[in-house]
Amino acid sequence: MNLFDIIGPVMIGPSSSHTAGAVKIGNVARRLLGEDVKKADIYFTGSFLSTGKGHGTDKAIVAGLLGLAVDDTDIPHSFELAEKRRMKFEIKAGEDVENHPNAVRMKLTGVTGRKIEVMGNSVGGGRIEICEIDGVETSFSAESPTLIIQNEDKPGYVAEIAPILVKEHVNIATMQLHRKKRGAVAVMVIECDQEIPESCIKALKKLNGVLEVAYLTMRGIE
Amino acid sequence: MYDSINQIIKEEKEKKTPFWKLVQLDDCHESETTVKESMTEVLKIYKAMKESVANYEDSLKSQSGLVGGNGAKIHKRVKSGQMICGEFMGSVIEKALKVSESNACMKRIVASPTAGSCGVVPAVLLSLQEKEGFSDDKMCEALYVAAGIGGVIASKASISGAQHGCQAEIGAASSMAAGAAVYLYGGNGSDIANAAALALKNLLGLACDPVAGLVEVPCVKRNVIGAVNAITSADLTLAGVKSRIPADEVFEAMNKIGRNMNADIKETAEGGLAATKTGNRIKESIKIK
Repeated sequence: MNLFDIIGPVMIGPSSSHTAGAVKIGNVARRLLGEDVKKADIYFTGSFLSTGKGHGTDKAIVAGLLGLAVDDTDIPHSFELAEKRRMKFEIKAGEDVENHPNAVRMKLTGVTGRKIEVMGNSVGGGRIEICEIDGVETSFSAESPTLIIQNEDKPGYVAEIAPILVKEHVNIATMQLHRKKRGAVAVMVIECDQEIPESCIKALKKLNGVLEVAYLTMRGIE
Repeated sequence: MYDSINQIIKEEKEKKTPFWKLVQLDDCHESETTVKESMTEVLKIYKAMKESVANYEDSLKSQSGLVGGNGAKIHKRVKSGQMICGEFMGSVIEKALKVSESNACMKRIVASPTAGSCGVVPAVLLSLQEKEGFSDDKMCEALYVAAGIGGVIASKASISGAQHGCQAEIGAASSMAAGAAVYLYGGNGSDIANAAALALKNLLGLACDPVAGLVEVPCVKRNVIGAVNAITSADLTLAGVKSRIPADEVFEAMNKIGRNMNADIKETAEGGLAATKTGNRIKESIKIK
């Protein structure tokens, strides 16, 4: 927590968890998709479902998917904006067992046809946690540059990936490994202190057995 | 952030550096920013607070229809000189309502420390600037003071209604605003701590019981009491009235009370005002299909 968590953020009301947090989750999901969203199926559970409308959570999540920031005065008009930008969306009740009081699952299709499924929790004070990507459990706050690498679940990937980051003087802040089951797809979530250069991401994508690399940049984000 | 007010007071004496400057330097060190960058950012925040008052719209209603228009009612009464508590306190009440109503109506505000309590700090600071003509730089220093107090409260207790009830939101905001107000009138670290302690003591145990789970009833009007309480705590302090319990211990007491509170009065909308006959009726009437 820093000073601007106490005096701040500047945001569109009414709720840091139900409004600002929802914008952030939508925004992170869009950045994980890596392109404009063409179609979004949004599933609310818990308190997002029961009190979301009164908190503008529905408008907030759509605003986030459109790439709006938490203090953008267009948030209340995000539905109209989505229509203008030809982003289709549907908001429904989720079937997830309530693992967190403020949760949303998003199934997204991008303008080039790329698909991603992201689940996020709003954990309070506008802070969020991305807790699932494409069916694999994760846990990261999206507050620092983050690499999400899906690879075959075999030995040696950490040892191969780390030197690529070291070469670019990127310091790893946290690193988590997740997998659905042994020998299937594994997900590596690496939160870094510095931005990762494009060349580095290209090199990671070329590694044998690496299936998917998503990078969450903090550039242009306050 | 500092985790003890006593520590700040101690360093203020030892390093001969004012309270606000210590908070600023500490944050610059933590977030690897320069003093200049930090000051620019705080000024931005202060300007956003000013805008949150100026951009109030009389006719706006919240999505639920429960909130809106009260800031305009008070404004009228202040302008016609009818407020029992006088023009200055009237303008404090007016701003607290305007900012928190704007929040409920999806307008831009500064969470300070939270969105639910966003009216308290701006109501106090902006009214004092209007009254005394303090410079924006001075107001930014006061914001550092407020942030320093809020940081200690967050570390010793919480600034989340879901964790410790409304005492952690309106209570914390009031404590922050009281300390900042005293600073503007020349108070040192001990005075700031005294005002922060007095303000929070008055709001200990406050439940977070929002009707229908929305940041509307009773949140909007509680911003008024938070702001007014900050001003009275500052006046008491400046007159030399001492809090018998020091600030750090008040914050620790808030933590214990928060832990002992039932979950039904911690933002779950299951207890307190939310669970009254009328509260339940409102909840049913605005239910989403």
